[in-house]
Amino acid sequence: MTDPTEGANGGEGVEDQLRRLEAIVDELSGDGIELDAALRLFEEGVARLRAVTERLAGAEARVKQLSEEADGSFILEDFDE
Amino acid sequence: MTGRRGARRGARGASSRAASDPGLDLFLDPLFALANAPLEEARPEPAVVRELPAAAPGESMETAIPVSILNQTAKEVLQGAFPKLWVSGEVSDFKRHRNGHWYFCLGDGEAQIRCVVWSRDQRRIPASPDEGMQVTVLGQLTVYPARGDMQLVVTAMEAEGDGLTRKAIELVLRRLEADGLLAPERKRPLPRYPRRIGVVTSPDGAAIRDVIAVARRRWPAIEIVVIPAAVQGDGAPDELCAALDRLARWSGCDVAIVGRGGGGRDDLRAFNDERVARALASLPMPVVSAVGHEIDMTICDLVADLRAPTPSAAAEAVVPVHEDLVAQLVSLRHGLAEGARWQIEAARDRARDLAQRAASAAERAIERRRSRVEALGGRLHALSPLATLGRGFAVAIGPDGGARGRARQFAAGDAFELVLADGRVAARAESVRLAEDA
Repeated sequence: MTDPTEGANGGEGVEDQLRRLEAIVDELSGDGIELDAALRLFEEGVARLRAVTERLAGAEARVKQLSEEADGSFILEDFDE
Repeated sequence: MTGRRGARRGARGASSRAASDPGLDLFLDPLFALANAPLEEARPEPAVVRELPAAAPGESMETAIPVSILNQTAKEVLQGAFPKLWVSGEVSDFKRHRNGHWYFCLGDGEAQIRCVVWSRDQRRIPASPDEGMQVTVLGQLTVYPARGDMQLVVTAMEAEGDGLTRKAIELVLRRLEADGLLAPERKRPLPRYPRRIGVVTSPDGAAIRDVIAVARRRWPAIEIVVIPAAVQGDGAPDELCAALDRLARWSGCDVAIVGRGGGGRDDLRAFNDERVARALASLPMPVVSAVGHEIDMTICDLVADLRAPTPSAAAEAVVPVHEDLVAQLVSLRHGLAEGARWQIEAARDRARDLAQRAASAAERAIERRRSRVEALGGRLHALSPLATLGRGFAVAIGPDGGARGRARQFAAGDAFELVLADGRVAARAESVRLAEDA
């Protein structure tokens, strides 16, 4: 999130994280799973939960305007609201 | 418009000015100048007029004017006398000339007039009219000097019930459909949690304010990137295409909104433009159209992955509600903790159960062995030769200590012992007599 022009598809999205978290919770609520596998799932779930929460907390409210330089590079300027 | 008004003023005494004033052409539509070019080259020197100033041109046989001057004058007078007018009638004899201009007749059953649409004026007209179509045209009445025909130079046209706009839209739709751009399976789902939203619209319009307001209400920390473009007027299609192209190349957001606030039907033109629709279709991310018109569907609406009736509705479709996600995260955290606790308890229960089962299984195994030993002991006892002795039987034991259970093991005179239950008796074999069948 530091590079304002960073592509939107870098890394796993919130949606993917949530989907995986739901699957983990489903698996943990079921039977027939080894304890060490269950604990690994729990650890993964906690890590993902933390990642999503941090990501949401890190997002900064802003409105930018996309401009293009003569050399074809893009810049984001503050949008005059 | 000033040029036209100038031409009207210049129409007074135009016969002499047309012949002598080279600046007059500046007042004329450049296209007329073009159309008249061969004529003007052939125009005779106005020497006669200048040499005989006493009589006005055409007033006497001596000052007779050539046809070209007559027609040119008529043209200027007509153009000066008539402002641009809206005229309605039925189209007939439509021809698309190879030079690109359109020619047709406009009639109402009692009268008709020849019309022309120069090629450069055609882009403001949605589509060419069909034969027999009832249309209203905006035209300047003039004379085509080469023929002396009166004609209407048309710069705007629409058919009854927006027929031309509809025709143009249908033509574009047919082409887009042939290219598969309207196929329902092309529609992409919107991301549930977009990181950044691109908005292609006018930076000064109501649409961007509405999108920002609704988006912030739902997700206070939402990121929005505006890609500015005019959304109405002649330059709108080009600007929209350029903005869409820029957004496609940048690819820095995962969903886009393309639209404008409410407006008149005429303002929808840019969103019915084929190039804009194609640029929108080629965006790498899902796109929501928000043309701000509840009733009319535009071509962009049909090509977009989702059509929203207004920019506010588009923002609602694209931006999730933050509280919903927070609630979901809380519920996931709870589910995770509960799941882990359940798994640990289940494992503990299983271990306890296993231990119990192991203990009782061991106990049962010992019990089984004990009873088996007892049974074996009983059987062993029953089979013991000592038990047989107890019942009064005796066993003969040879001097080598081995039992002699058969007569043939004895020879007469062999010494042996008889073992009885309560003691031993020394004995000697008197004689040996084997059984006959032994």
